[in-house]
Amino acid sequence: MNERGFANLHNAQAIARAQVPKLSFEEFRPYILSAVAGRQRVAAFFGDAASSSEGVDLYAVLADSARGLLRVGSTTLDSNRFASLTPDCPQVHLFEREIAEQYGVCPEGHPWLKPVRFHASYRAGHDVWGRKPGEAPVIGITDFYRVEGEEIHEVAVGPVHAGIIEPGHFRFQCHGEQVFHLEVSLGYQHRGVERALMGSPTKRTIHMIESTVGDTTIGHATAYCQAIEGLASCQAPIRAEALRGIALELERLANHTGDLGALAGDVGFLPTASYCGRIRGDFLNLTALICGSRFGRGMIRPGGVGFDLDEERKQHCLKRLDAAYQDVANAAGLLWDSASVQARFDGTGGVARADCLALGMVGPAARACGAEHDVRHDFPAGIYRFAQVPVSTWQSGDVFARAFVRWLEIQRSVAFIRSQLRELPDGPVRSDVAALKPDHLVVSLVEGWRGEICHVALTDSQGRLARYKITDPSFHNWYALALALRDQQISDFPLCNKSFNLSYCGHDL
Amino acid sequence: MFQILRARLRQGHRTIAYPNGPAPALPDRFRGLPIVDTSKCPDGCRSCAEACPTDAIAIDGQNFRLDLGRCLFCTDCVEACPAGAIQYSQEHRLATRTREDLIYDGQTLKLADALDEKMRRVLGRSLKLRQVCAGGSGASEADLNVLGTVVFDLARFGIQFVASPRHADGLVVTGPVSENMRSALLETYAAIPEPKIVIAVGAEAISGGIFRGHSEVHDGCDGLLPVDLYIPGGPPHPLTILDGFLRLLGRLGEDAQGLQVPGQS
Repeated sequence: MNERGFANLHNAQAIARAQVPKLSFEEFRPYILSAVAGRQRVAAFFGDAASSSEGVDLYAVLADSARGLLRVGSTTLDSNRFASLTPDCPQVHLFEREIAEQYGVCPEGHPWLKPVRFHASYRAGHDVWGRKPGEAPVIGITDFYRVEGEEIHEVAVGPVHAGIIEPGHFRFQCHGEQVFHLEVSLGYQHRGVERALMGSPTKRTIHMIESTVGDTTIGHATAYCQAIEGLASCQAPIRAEALRGIALELERLANHTGDLGALAGDVGFLPTASYCGRIRGDFLNLTALICGSRFGRGMIRPGGVGFDLDEERKQHCLKRLDAAYQDVANAAGLLWDSASVQARFDGTGGVARADCLALGMVGPAARACGAEHDVRHDFPAGIYRFAQVPVSTWQSGDVFARAFVRWLEIQRSVAFIRSQLRELPDGPVRSDVAALKPDHLVVSLVEGWRGEICHVALTDSQGRLARYKITDPSFHNWYALALALRDQQISDFPLCNKSFNLSYCGHDL
Repeated sequence: MFQILRARLRQGHRTIAYPNGPAPALPDRFRGLPIVDTSKCPDGCRSCAEACPTDAIAIDGQNFRLDLGRCLFCTDCVEACPAGAIQYSQEHRLATRTREDLIYDGQTLKLADALDEKMRRVLGRSLKLRQVCAGGSGASEADLNVLGTVVFDLARFGIQFVASPRHADGLVVTGPVSENMRSALLETYAAIPEPKIVIAVGAEAISGGIFRGHSEVHDGCDGLLPVDLYIPGGPPHPLTILDGFLRLLGRLGEDAQGLQVPGQS
């Protein structure tokens, strides 16, 4: 390893920005490459600039799962170009495209330098694609990858899809039914979340975080609150930490159950499709029993939680959790015992473990490739420091593995919620949050139901958020869907897509 | 096969009786229509208006106005009120026909009227809808999908979500309408044959919600499309959406279109 390294820190631990090592780019690049070669993973890689006239700083956060440590370092670019890391480190490919789009600095040698969200550069006058100031980027106008040759044809789908689903554009290069390549081009959901968060927190901030990814309200709100509490040097009371864990696992239960149902639907197995569609609602209603909102709006707040549980409500939760679990066990069991389902799940949409590691995949999709990554285990914060959740993995990397890992996690989440409810610590559920420390940085990780949610906050000299970087797990995993489709039948796309069930708005922000 | 049949027996019949029977019980913490008792308001107090994250509240003395089209149904105003003048009720019925009807005085909400007789003759028993998510967070979309589950079984009312706008009678919009989805939304609308309706679901689609004012979004579909039904919420409960759909089609019998909230002092 190089002489000068990154600083070590723990999940949700704030450090002064002055203590974040500032490397020269000549040190920064090889440090990241060698860390990734040593099995560390890039959790976040992003730019920051105080103003459009000033230079751009790059920050990288490395996740060292084996040691339970996060490492952070930065560099200041002395020009509007830098040597792309992507050719040597594929997992930063989308981060570099994002940096190029947001800050107008060019990662030279990037093999796939296209817009991510099709918005104007944050630094007026600096545009990697040579667009003039005021010339608005047009969504979907980019150079799509093309395979040419006899009998090759292209299938373009979206942004509007059949069904009630978020928008995105997919282009398939096909030879007959066989997919050579899938290109995923998103950005349709872009609402300017990161830009709007600069200068926070305001009365709007927690609500914007809750609405950033609507099906992961608890996950993102928890990541945000952990970051704020780290910056304010305060802690949520232990009872609140337990309630946050319960809410997070309920969110996982609802979505995993819904996904098992949708996967059943995509292979035409209607019993599980219709049962799980309903049981998903039972888990959402459990969240509403606690906080009034099926999606957990209002539950997670800086300093603790917005709602407490009385004894009666707690018993009611336990009873309904048991009933819903019995139902989902029954419905999921049908999947594993039906030859027609297994024939469609087995061997479809496989991702090799080596590709999973190279892409820096996260969440159930990574664990389905045998990668033992789970924030709850590797970087525990909140209640997960005291109550461990076993990491659920499977080896085959296909649709079956992604479905089966969900079922394994459903069982672990139910066990976790049961034990937390039974042993709920006494005490308050909210503590006061002091002002944020000026000129600090914090990295906050949460294992959302799709995988690792990473929020990085940088405060300015006034203690406001100068930069707030959100990395949804989908950001790491979209390219894995493209790999999963290679050499598959195009008709298997819906099944493969559902087996990942990635977020469009989490990617587009 | 026997296992599947046994599971079928076990899982049972789950479709709600509503609207012919009672609506399913909502959790006691459910945040439906807020009820405001302005007689409790301290003089000159603006705490609720100042706390509201979407500036949905205007208060001038005892003259209280809440824009339900912007309201996230969060708890900030309730917590900020020193007098306990704002409370959420269990009332799930919220849909209106006009944007103005969403400006609510805290006591009486004019719920949506049915479509006129000609439109009801065309759409009343068979309504095919195309949904477009235009910057939506996925929550409103999820609760629209819920209407298709066995619990709500939307198809029993002749209402169905279809894949092609060419097959649709109307458009259901979610999300604040991101600039990047604007043209796809307008093209989808244009592809729907006349006569057609537009339904805006959730605060984001009605007013931009929490994203209101961002240069990346259009503050909802009002102004871009002629909206026939507004279903407020952050996001709305599936029952609220279903109520809105059935109300628009005149399928809820002869119940009062104006809603008087009981228990006012």
